[in-house]
Amino acid sequence: MSELTLAQSLNAALATALESDDRVVLLGEDIGRTGGVFRITDGLRDKYGEDRVFDTPVAESGIVGAAFGMAIAGMRPVAELQFLGFSYPAYDQIINHVARIRNRSNSRFTAPLVIRVPFGGGIGAAEHHSESTEAIYAHIPGLKVVVPSTPSDARGLLLSAIEDPDPVLFLEPIRLYRAVKEEVPEMYYTTEIGPLRVEREGEDITLVSWGAMMKETRAAATRLEESGASVEVLDLRTLSPIDAEGIVRSATKTGRVIVIHEAPRTAGMGAEVAAIVQERALYSLAAPVRRVTGWDTVFPLKRSEGHYLPSVDRIVRVAQETLES
Amino acid sequence: MRTLISPDGIVTDRLPFTLEEMRRLYSDMIEARTYDHKCMALQRQGRLATYAPFEGQEAAQIGAAAALRSDDWVAATYRDAALMWRAGYPWSLLVAGRTGDERGGQPPEGVNVLPPSITVGGHMIHAVGLAWAEALNGSNRVALTSFGDGATSEGDFHEAMNFAAVFNTPTVFLCQNNGFAISYPRDEQTRSESIAMKAEGYGMPGFLVDGNDVAAVLEVVGSAVARARNGEGPTLIEALTYRLGPHTTSDDPGRYRDEDEAEGWRERDPLERVRLLLERADGWTPEWQGELQSRATELIEEAVAIAEALPQPTADEMLLRMYQQPTAPIREQLGEIGR
Repeated sequence: MSELTLAQSLNAALATALESDDRVVLLGEDIGRTGGVFRITDGLRDKYGEDRVFDTPVAESGIVGAAFGMAIAGMRPVAELQFLGFSYPAYDQIINHVARIRNRSNSRFTAPLVIRVPFGGGIGAAEHHSESTEAIYAHIPGLKVVVPSTPSDARGLLLSAIEDPDPVLFLEPIRLYRAVKEEVPEMYYTTEIGPLRVEREGEDITLVSWGAMMKETRAAATRLEESGASVEVLDLRTLSPIDAEGIVRSATKTGRVIVIHEAPRTAGMGAEVAAIVQERALYSLAAPVRRVTGWDTVFPLKRSEGHYLPSVDRIVRVAQETLES
Repeated sequence: MRTLISPDGIVTDRLPFTLEEMRRLYSDMIEARTYDHKCMALQRQGRLATYAPFEGQEAAQIGAAAALRSDDWVAATYRDAALMWRAGYPWSLLVAGRTGDERGGQPPEGVNVLPPSITVGGHMIHAVGLAWAEALNGSNRVALTSFGDGATSEGDFHEAMNFAAVFNTPTVFLCQNNGFAISYPRDEQTRSESIAMKAEGYGMPGFLVDGNDVAAVLEVVGSAVARARNGEGPTLIEALTYRLGPHTTSDDPGRYRDEDEAEGWRERDPLERVRLLLERADGWTPEWQGELQSRATELIEEAVAIAEALPQPTADEMLLRMYQQPTAPIREQLGEIGR
């Protein structure tokens, strides 16, 4: 066991994957020589060689399309796209090819590839570098969408994603890359894709989130507990397939649910969570399901980030209104 | 432009194929054309969904596929049924696909031909990834991707060509330049004199071949395949041909092209020039033609019968083929869909 940040844990997990499975190759922009824009692949090319870790031309559609071909031919490629806002040139490949080859070939051909993408804002980046458009991808049948928020989940989920027989979009919360640290086992282990993680058990209210917003959600839960509430915190970890059962179990217990995400509100994943709760746990609810989200605007540049991102205060305020109703 | 057999069946250069090989190519082209005509007829009868005919392009497709080994990869398009078939994809499944059945997308094990790409251009890079994987694994399989002139305007053409050259993948790019991107003529699609010359900018060889000359196509694709297999990287081949029919059964080419032009191309028919050649070499008789035709008709009728006899897909199937193991939401929907 060693204490690792989320970024270090991902790096270690990729090393483990390269070590344990010859079929694994990494490809992406700047991932070899420089170890990627966030250094997640740091040192891997030196250690595993130029025929396992490939720097590619700047061409997202090409990266995903080539990885897709490699996966069909039996490899386990892990592609990196630098930011979620740069995934859109590869959107056609992801939706029209990667997500549907199993269907369109009636399972004769499959695409077991992982597309790793840093996502989310809060680091004062340039335009297009702060996107949180996970709902677009969670809407696509045939894909799995996974979002770790802790270093140990990052390892287990990434190794699961690489093992998975189907394509996985692996979203990495930029803001948490170096903001959290914990003991991560060095052994090979996987964390099942699908089930959410109950991070904190409580009786009065459920806070549901994922990715970088887990940080504010945890802080809000602590504040609420200081004022006497018993708070359950769920980290969805997988957005597709979503763990409806886990959400409903908690909603039924607490009767109050708030979903927190950084993405714009309209048609975001919060709507899916709210729909699941009202379809299956309406009569257990003591209050309406509320959403604390980014606003319906383009993710703002540095000086307005504070206006945009859901804050601990906003979460606490909405939670208190919910607890009082 | 590389040509071996002129439209009137005269050998213009040394022909590197035996009479028997030429007879096989001819027979394959007859079978392909029979399939194409049958599909047009079936579509008119309402038995197929939209169909994209390839009449006029038989030589480009049969010649290219004949250059491949049976375990090579093929990533082709909705207009490439002849190529896919010659590479091992059964006619019955090609018909099934056009009846609107996903089971048509499932070639038998061992046939490394992807189901046809319906979007234009996105599949070329797949042949780069397939070939790249084979090279990394130390096999000497190659991947051939076929596409039309229209697809060369897509950004994905650039990315695929560039990746293939950069990573020296054993990929053969076969552009069937059939004159039109639906209605948009080749001359308006690009200011390049040829599509083949675009290869130069990527640092790979490019060849222009008479796409209606099956022998020339086989020779040129054959050399590209040999180079790829030998670790010498990708090649772009432009096979100059012409789509004699409409873009699809929903298209009316009278709106955008002169039928005299199409008639002119009928005189350069890819089948007739081989027939003339064979006849001169005492390798063709009307009796043999009759045998070929009835055999082809029989095989295609059989394929249609197999496709049409596939049982109606159950509602579950469309959910079950999304993931290897049905996910929780899929399991739940399986429970609902049957009700």
